[in-house]
Amino acid sequence: MSIFIDRDTPVIVQGITGKMARFHTADMISYGTNVVGGVVPGKGGETVEGVPVFDTVEEAVEATGAEASLVFVPPPFAADSIMEAADAGIRYCVCITDGIPAQDMIRVKRYMYRYPKEKRMVLTGPNCAGTISPGKALLGIMPGHIYLQGNVGIIGRSGTLGYEAAAQLQERGIGVSTSVGIGGDPINGSSFLDILRQFEEDDDTHVICMIGEIGGPQEAEAAAYIRDNVTKPVVAYVAGLTAPKGRTMGHAGAIISAFGESASEKVEILNAAGVTVAENPAVIGETIARVMGKAA
Amino acid sequence: MDIHEYQAKEILANFGVDVPPGALAYSPEQAAYRARELGGDRWVVKAQIHAGGRGKAGGVKVCDSDSEIQSTCEELFGRKMVTHQTGPEGKGVYRVYVEGAVPIEREIYLGFVLDRTSQRVMIVASAEGGMEIEEISAEKPDSIVRATVEPAVGLRDFQCRQIAFKLGIPPAQTQNMVRTLQGCYRAFREHDATMVEINPLVVTSDNRILALDAKMTFDDNALFRHPQISELRDKSQEDPRESRAADRGLSYVGLDGNIGCIVNGAGLAMATMDTIKLAGGEPANFLDIGGGATPERVAKAFRLVLSDSNVQAVLVNIFAGINRCDWVAEGVVQALKEVQVDVPVVVRLAGTNVEEGQKILANSGLPVIRASTLMEAAERSVGAWKNDITQTNRMRAVT
Repeated sequence: MSIFIDRDTPVIVQGITGKMARFHTADMISYGTNVVGGVVPGKGGETVEGVPVFDTVEEAVEATGAEASLVFVPPPFAADSIMEAADAGIRYCVCITDGIPAQDMIRVKRYMYRYPKEKRMVLTGPNCAGTISPGKALLGIMPGHIYLQGNVGIIGRSGTLGYEAAAQLQERGIGVSTSVGIGGDPINGSSFLDILRQFEEDDDTHVICMIGEIGGPQEAEAAAYIRDNVTKPVVAYVAGLTAPKGRTMGHAGAIISAFGESASEKVEILNAAGVTVAENPAVIGETIARVMGKAA
Repeated sequence: MDIHEYQAKEILANFGVDVPPGALAYSPEQAAYRARELGGDRWVVKAQIHAGGRGKAGGVKVCDSDSEIQSTCEELFGRKMVTHQTGPEGKGVYRVYVEGAVPIEREIYLGFVLDRTSQRVMIVASAEGGMEIEEISAEKPDSIVRATVEPAVGLRDFQCRQIAFKLGIPPAQTQNMVRTLQGCYRAFREHDATMVEINPLVVTSDNRILALDAKMTFDDNALFRHPQISELRDKSQEDPRESRAADRGLSYVGLDGNIGCIVNGAGLAMATMDTIKLAGGEPANFLDIGGGATPERVAKAFRLVLSDSNVQAVLVNIFAGINRCDWVAEGVVQALKEVQVDVPVVVRLAGTNVEEGQKILANSGLPVIRASTLMEAAERSVGAWKNDITQTNRMRAVT
């Protein structure tokens, strides 16, 4: 088992005719992802990378039975595309788009709550690298070859920092069950807590690795949840120890604006919840290896 | 993006929020003239900078005459005002706002923010106006009234009334308060703000409710649909290096250290800075050059980082995923040939085709210090900086 996506999950790509989307569609197909179509309004009937393009997500779902969607739509239209996916019955949606207005995301989240829980789409991102279940499927833009198949579940805000962690694991021969990017925006589809819940229930995940950063309450929320509900060992790293207060560090959400949002405060909160915190980004792999050694 | 007080007041006034009569001036003479135009016998002169805490820093003065306005303004114009929000370098005063003084009965704190916990717009208010919200939440946390806005139906009048009653607004002023709150919310929503702060909102002795100060911050990601807001950008209030970076599509934040950083990805950039600190150095900047580390972007990044005269070594850390290391290495080589770099440069590449990338760097003949891990890169850049300083000192000693 892996979370969210598997070898057979039928995937569509929204905005598939864009340059980036084409490139990554080809990459996902060569990784083995079951890409069954794409959606671009007005381009229905075309073919991209061997898969059919549809005008609407509804049509795509009807024709292909798509369950997951990857959104590459430009920022002004991305929120609308996510809502379209939710409405068409997509079960899992990853939004790569960086730069969606925060108030659009507030509306997206409100819209998703129209649906009863069992029918509600799960969204990860926006502004993330995607989700990969190594050896099974890749739904995103990450380089698949740096991930080995295994039992560490990774949740992270940042793309390249997530790659750094995966590469450190690969160097030690440690594999990953699923790696989920939740993105660097202030209002995101899923929080650390949402994904932790999934990993806690996933038999293939033995150790969970959380890669956080400054800004927002989600690491602290996750810490409280871990303390009370997570039985698996959790390793964390929080980026931004040297970040000044009140400044946005690249990600729209990476800004220290309240108590508990700085890296040192988050580290303290995670430590107190029994999480093993990697002191610096160079020892994420080493720390996971140590924790796995103990767990084994 | 931040705007000035007078601009925020103009926006809020368009949505039905009452503000005192005021006028903008670019010189002391103009300020005195504006005061005469406004009439009355008491005015408040306010330095326009993109930061709070102006009062304590001497940026807000009550004046009773033309000559007092003129002399106050002469002190303010051109000054670098340092408040607890500006950082030590301060912000320049080039505009002054003159307002008719108002008889204040009581002061209220009112803020609208994007609340990341509820993922909604949140109203934060307190009857303890005039104090900073940080002070209020530390000293009088019970005085804070909060309400969140359900995005499907917007802010409801009953919520506004609730807030008004909790703040102890006199019943005769409730409707007025409802209008003020609704006005702020509509301004927030329709312009894609991320913050509206009125501190203080005052009840006057003649029973009006006025925004005495106003701050608005806008979502950079939404500026594409608000050209009239984008036009309010005031580059004099920004760090010149950051403005330059923003104009070139790079995400840069200047810091006080001396090791320049060029990294792809915001999280990895922060992690790189942290590692430099751990290795005993201080990062000079945050810089995310984004996904595609093209030669042009790398060259731009070098120019930007080196424009900071404090930079004594540069650390390039690129995790090449889809973009292969050999291609990134070629970009670095090309950038180094193009840009005059006279400080040690440490390059760490990781990811796809890393060996080829290293080979290209090694064969380039450029004095690039290579590193294979993040820690090694940080240690080598700190070492190179210290070494370079020693060498420079030695050379100075010889000559």
